[in-house]
Amino acid sequence: MSGLALNNVTKEFGTFTAVNNVALTVPHGTFVCMLGPSGCGKTTLLRMIAGLELPSAGTISLDGEDITQVPTHKRNLGMVFQSLALFPHLTVGENIAYPLRIRGAAKEDQVKRVADLLAMVHLGGYADRPVAKLSGGQRQRVAIARALAISPKLFLLDEPLSALDAQLREAMQVELRQLQQKLGITTIVVTHDQREAMTMADTVIVMKGGEIRQAAPPIEIYRRPADSFVADFIGSTNLIAAEADSAGRVSVLGQAVPGISLGSGMKTATLSVRPEDVHLTAPGDGALSGTVTFVRDLGGTIETFVDMSGQRIVAVSTPRARPQVTVGQPVGVVLQPDVCVVLAK
Amino acid sequence: MRREAPQRFGDYAPLFFPATMLIVFFVIPFATMIAVSFFQRQQGGFYVPAFEFSNYQRFLSLFFANVLGFSLMLAVAVAICCVLLAVPFTYLLTRMARKVQIVWLVALLSVLSLSEVIIGFAWSTLFSRTAGITNLLVMAGIMSEAKALLPSFGAVLTGMVYQAFPYTVLVLYPALVRLDPTLTEAARTLGASPIKAFFTVVVPALRNTITATLIMVFIFALGSYLLPQLLGRPQHWTLSVLITDQAIYQSNMPFAAAMAVFLVLVTLGLVGLTILAGRKGEAA
Amino acid sequence: MTRALSKIYFVLIGLFLALPMIVVAGVSVNEKQTLAFPPKGFSLSWYGEIFLNPEWRSALFASLTLALASAALAVAIALPLAWFLWRRIAPWANIFQILGIAPFTLPPVITALGLLTFWATTGFYGQPWTAVVSHAIFFVTLPLVTLSLGFTAIDRSLVEAAATMGADDRTIFRTVVLPLILPYIVSGYAFAFVLSLNEYIVAYMTVGFTMETLPIKIFNALRYGYTPTMASVTILFVATAAVIFSLVARFGDLPKLLGAMSSDDT
Repeated sequence: MSGLALNNVTKEFGTFTAVNNVALTVPHGTFVCMLGPSGCGKTTLLRMIAGLELPSAGTISLDGEDITQVPTHKRNLGMVFQSLALFPHLTVGENIAYPLRIRGAAKEDQVKRVADLLAMVHLGGYADRPVAKLSGGQRQRVAIARALAISPKLFLLDEPLSALDAQLREAMQVELRQLQQKLGITTIVVTHDQREAMTMADTVIVMKGGEIRQAAPPIEIYRRPADSFVADFIGSTNLIAAEADSAGRVSVLGQAVPGISLGSGMKTATLSVRPEDVHLTAPGDGALSGTVTFVRDLGGTIETFVDMSGQRIVAVSTPRARPQVTVGQPVGVVLQPDVCVVLAK
Repeated sequence: MRREAPQRFGDYAPLFFPATMLIVFFVIPFATMIAVSFFQRQQGGFYVPAFEFSNYQRFLSLFFANVLGFSLMLAVAVAICCVLLAVPFTYLLTRMARKVQIVWLVALLSVLSLSEVIIGFAWSTLFSRTAGITNLLVMAGIMSEAKALLPSFGAVLTGMVYQAFPYTVLVLYPALVRLDPTLTEAARTLGASPIKAFFTVVVPALRNTITATLIMVFIFALGSYLLPQLLGRPQHWTLSVLITDQAIYQSNMPFAAAMAVFLVLVTLGLVGLTILAGRKGEAA
Repeated sequence: MTRALSKIYFVLIGLFLALPMIVVAGVSVNEKQTLAFPPKGFSLSWYGEIFLNPEWRSALFASLTLALASAALAVAIALPLAWFLWRRIAPWANIFQILGIAPFTLPPVITALGLLTFWATTGFYGQPWTAVVSHAIFFVTLPLVTLSLGFTAIDRSLVEAAATMGADDRTIFRTVVLPLILPYIVSGYAFAFVLSLNEYIVAYMTVGFTMETLPIKIFNALRYGYTPTMASVTILFVATAAVIFSLVARFGDLPKLLGAMSSDDT
């Protein structure tokens, strides 16, 4: 099979399990983003793919070949580190040529390849600069060029853009995605920035506690989260406890919500409703009743906080669509069945 | 807190005591020593103020040229041995768990703080015929009979490397422990084996640190005065030994002072040259 | 394979560092007055000898007094200097930093000879207190380095916060700076103490003819006939150094004192 496969990979540090029994296949040419809170095991997983950590159990294979025990330097991969790890004693060109030099490439081939790579990352003519003299974005590009110098089978990036300011980061996200599509290289990025993941990835992997909670295309993760952690972690959401009676009628906070079913046999569940899917109306009218507690007017959007018997619901709307509400005013909250995602409790 | 320049005279108060102590008991003694180096020696160990170069002229003999040459050669040999041993050691040490590092650091500090007398005694015991390492080899059946390994140049070199090794590690430690560990990881992902990564990334990235360490250890080794006496023959005596000998046993203070001044000048000169050479190498 | 190689390397270095001490420890438990290894018989009497023999006991006492006093004086010189350099912008005052580091960096025989000529010229040669001053100057480098390190670790906004609450410079030093710098004072003192305990040449050149410290006593014993007491004193010294540095490591951050980042950062 062409691509990367992790078979039940586990990594333990002493008594702490950093990665727990992870199975994953990444088809050739896919762009994968691993997303999760810090300590979720995403970086450890990446380091095992790179061979910088050995799995405690399980195997890793690349293009059908078991590489679990292959040392890092024989894996022919390219990796961009969070710190970038540019060699301070080498120039830009020497940094990029390093993997070629190590493999004994001819001097003139090295020079030509470095020039091509620098052109690719829009740094033509920078070969003789010391790396210390570059800006953050330029250093980023050098690190990417160096990782791609040998046309690796696998391109790994650990929080590659975290040191850049917000504007530059967004530009680099687009650039990185375009570069990957041009080269068709299998790419795995570790990030904690969900916007970054949504921008770049074919597949987003959400991790927590050393386990994969969901692996799916970005829009599916957003629209159909697998559990309440994923729903809450990707974007913001309202998580509302729901109950079903023996006839299957569903109620939320003691108020009936028609049109929703929890699935067969489920007595309780959590409903996930994105703030932009919550509609506010006049009280009564078949809607759930609540009280406005806070209004945040951000210009482009308006967030309305509604208290429903102690549960806070956030509704987001554009200014034109907004109902006139003020703090303390009673409102009706409409949860349309088609926007509620039913999650096991 | 804003650091500010001293405003009033009283702001200088904390400086009075340290400044006085350092001037009176370091700068003045140093100056005294320089002055004495020009004094004239009287019979019986006394000396009278004078201004003559006779003490310095005594260096211009083959004997002192030999001693100086040997001292410098020995210090260079010790510095090179220590750096060769300590760079990989310190690098590996800094990659270990902090708890393990602490154990090694305590051991290194303990050895470093040992008096030269004790180091000399320990190694002279270790190299002796009656209680030495050769007895272990005899017990193991490798040697047929125990023998003394000293006095010899090898014994002097071993003792001095033993003395300077912990110092070398502690001089290297800050730079190595702060070296970004992802540099070697990056080298490995780019295709370098761990050993190749050490030589193509760690060593070149630390070139300046290693040069500075060589100089520091060189000066440290120049100061060794007891080990050459305890472990070597008279031809292994260094300038430091001769200075002590002249000052204490020959009671020729002016000559001892002149040698000390000369040692400082040679030291500073060599350090200056090395730094200059390093600068040129970098510019090229 | 690389891992195994580095393990072997560490074992060899460890052996190199420990071997002389192992042999000396072996010699120190000989039953008779011989320097045999492996030891003939077993006896701890040579450890008792350090405290029972009046010569060794007085040398031990002299060394302890010298180390305690000179380390205290070294800290007393280093603390106001390090504080001033941290508190004030006075570039020319850095000359004192250099003067404080020079004695320990130069070959010791030079500092020793300088002090010898000085004490001889001023007529105090041979007085026990001159050894205290000499050691304090020779080892002032150690507390100076640890204290400078300690001061740079203090967040200056803490001092500003104390000032906004009404504390003047003196009160800030006593209530904020001193408690924060205390671990560095202790470790600077400990370093100076251990090295003073072991120092030979400066002590020898300044008071060698009037007073015997332990290293001087060992050296004299080396020249005029061996005794296993030398070995037992050596082991006592190594053990003392190891205990003191372990305490520094236990109550302070030893890697940080020696130049690593603090353990909280990593």
